[in-house]
Amino acid sequence: MTTAISVKNIGKQYKIGAAESKFRYNMLRDVIVDTFSAPIRLAKAMIGKSDRRQNQNYVWALKDVSFDLEEGRVLGIVGRNGAGKSTLLKILSRVTEPTVGTVSVRGRVGSLLEVGTGFHPELTGRENIYMNGAILGMRRAEIDSKFDEIVDFSEVTQYIDTPVKRYSSGMYLRLAFAVAAHLEPEILVVDEVLAVGDAEFQKKCLGKMGDVAQQGRTVLFVSHNMSAILRLTQEAIVLNKGQMLMRGPTQEAVDFYLSSGQAQAGQRVWEAEDVPAASAPFRPTSLKVMNKSGKAVDTVRSTEPVTVEFEYQLDAPVTGLRVGMYLSTMRGEYVLTSFDTDAPDLFERFDSRKAGRYISRAEIPADIFNEGRYTIGVNASSFGVRRYFMDENAIAFNVDITGAPGTQWPEPRVGPVRPRLAWNIEKIGD
Amino acid sequence: MIETTKHEPNTIYIKPSKGLAALNLRDLWVYRELIFFMVWRDVKVKYKQTLLGMAWAVIQPVMTMLIFTFLFDRVAKLPTEGIPYPVFSFTALLPWGLFVVALNQGSRSLVAHNNMVTKIYFPRLILPMSAVFSGLVDFAIAFVILVILMLYYHVTPAWNLLWTLPLFLLLAIVTALGVALWLSAINVQYRDVNQALPFLTQFWLFATPVAYSASVISEKWQVLYFLNPMAGVVNGFRWSLLGIGNGPDITLWVSTGISILIFISGLFYFRSMEKTFADTI
Repeated sequence: MTTAISVKNIGKQYKIGAAESKFRYNMLRDVIVDTFSAPIRLAKAMIGKSDRRQNQNYVWALKDVSFDLEEGRVLGIVGRNGAGKSTLLKILSRVTEPTVGTVSVRGRVGSLLEVGTGFHPELTGRENIYMNGAILGMRRAEIDSKFDEIVDFSEVTQYIDTPVKRYSSGMYLRLAFAVAAHLEPEILVVDEVLAVGDAEFQKKCLGKMGDVAQQGRTVLFVSHNMSAILRLTQEAIVLNKGQMLMRGPTQEAVDFYLSSGQAQAGQRVWEAEDVPAASAPFRPTSLKVMNKSGKAVDTVRSTEPVTVEFEYQLDAPVTGLRVGMYLSTMRGEYVLTSFDTDAPDLFERFDSRKAGRYISRAEIPADIFNEGRYTIGVNASSFGVRRYFMDENAIAFNVDITGAPGTQWPEPRVGPVRPRLAWNIEKIGD
Repeated sequence: MIETTKHEPNTIYIKPSKGLAALNLRDLWVYRELIFFMVWRDVKVKYKQTLLGMAWAVIQPVMTMLIFTFLFDRVAKLPTEGIPYPVFSFTALLPWGLFVVALNQGSRSLVAHNNMVTKIYFPRLILPMSAVFSGLVDFAIAFVILVILMLYYHVTPAWNLLWTLPLFLLLAIVTALGVALWLSAINVQYRDVNQALPFLTQFWLFATPVAYSASVISEKWQVLYFLNPMAGVVNGFRWSLLGIGNGPDITLWVSTGISILIFISGLFYFRSMEKTFADTI
């Protein structure tokens, strides 16, 4: 086997806080001083004697990451927001340079970092296919030969000579993905494109990616969708805060990822630096999964109620806030979605919340879960206004089914729920 | 940096670049079709949803020429070395128009395409290059107008324009591209460029013999005056097309030298900043 990608100790450092310090004026004096020193600063920066380095913080978005990937393999990359996944893909697709380390890549890299880059609204679908193809590094002859295939795949055949500004967003997206998907690079880098489009089209995209892998090409796949990762990849690496925590068979890596970030069993804590600035004024502090006796635990019993407790801080009053959870299985199938203001009386009473610390607590009744591992994603939003915070894999927990219905038969049961149903058996004849 | 890895074909080595980055012209060649498509797109999109369409490519320089004719010929009565003023100024407006496109579109090219810069790899040089080249289309249209003007005013061109004009056009492109390289790269980090552009364009127009003849500049200031590379380009166009002026002399060499200096240094500045474009844009 030949190595398609070889990553050696790469790291990427970013400046942070540059913009903030620039706008953090407290006094008029600062503004005046800054205005007059601006040309001097500019001159200094131009000749490379920048004084910016001193008052700026640097952060490693990616640090000391190494791995080799053989040709024809599909590697999944999982990690929370800000773990360095996108930075890694950007380095591999040569959008940005690493600060340290080297990468050698064998063959053409096609990236689906952002489909439709370079699309111009005034150009027709046909013109955009050529334009976008050229941007992605395709030769004109190559586009010519694949043109019909691309148009077929995108399902916009009859609008192909219409300017894309008249397209629906779905059509636009399909066309964009179709061009990128037909690039046929030796190495394909995919980042979350599957999060867009309707279900039907997503299926088609997943199929296309499966084909790519089957043809023996190398694929790097980043997604928050664990079921897609499990389905499409054999191996995965887990990134956290820019570092590679592990690499292993996908199932193991996904398991590891879902249980990481828990300070102790059954509890997830957010430090100030874990929370994106864009979440303000919402600031999560902790999330607990607790058993009947109120203890945070990693494993709960199916036959007992489970309490989910989400603690957060509001730094300013928020109107229409709803805080809630998505519960899903390890495979990414959703089990339920629930918000703290679902009940009409709470909905009215908490129409707006003052600044302060809050706990939103929910009790999930006994006899809900089947055996296995579940994840809770949390979400804080004002419906139709803004989403403040979201973490799709905030915490994970196991369910033990001792004493649950049907455990007299030692066999696994399909389906994420295992309710105690009121069966009734009647003899209705001889 | 010592390269220890054995180089294989089709293998790309990604590592932090040190010092002055190599120009990597091979990549530019691989992506040559993209330049064509970018220019084609610019031209195609430029006059979309306008009533007059391509006619704007004619109207813009002609209107400028008419205004100049009124102000500097009728009112100020500037000397034109025996050439009818409309032809005199229009000849200069050809390279000047190309330069203005480069200055404006070129300087903004990276920032305007920031979604491309932050999402995919391609040689970034393509952006300012295609901005400058798309100015050539307007240049070609304006050139036709100039031919018509020259026929109308019975101005006979100098015989040697067949080889001198392409050379001066090349000089115009090199100058325009050089300035575009510098400004586009600076603009990525300091958007001050955007603010300075209108003023810079205006100032540069006055510092260039577009509306007036370079001969009005007194002898002792000539060399200093021709530190402006566009002065050399414009004078060259007039000499080549209309046969006026001195032809290649010290002033032209000064201008050409500055052009090449700006171009080469721009190329290296651009390349050395290129690695940070995606991060700072």
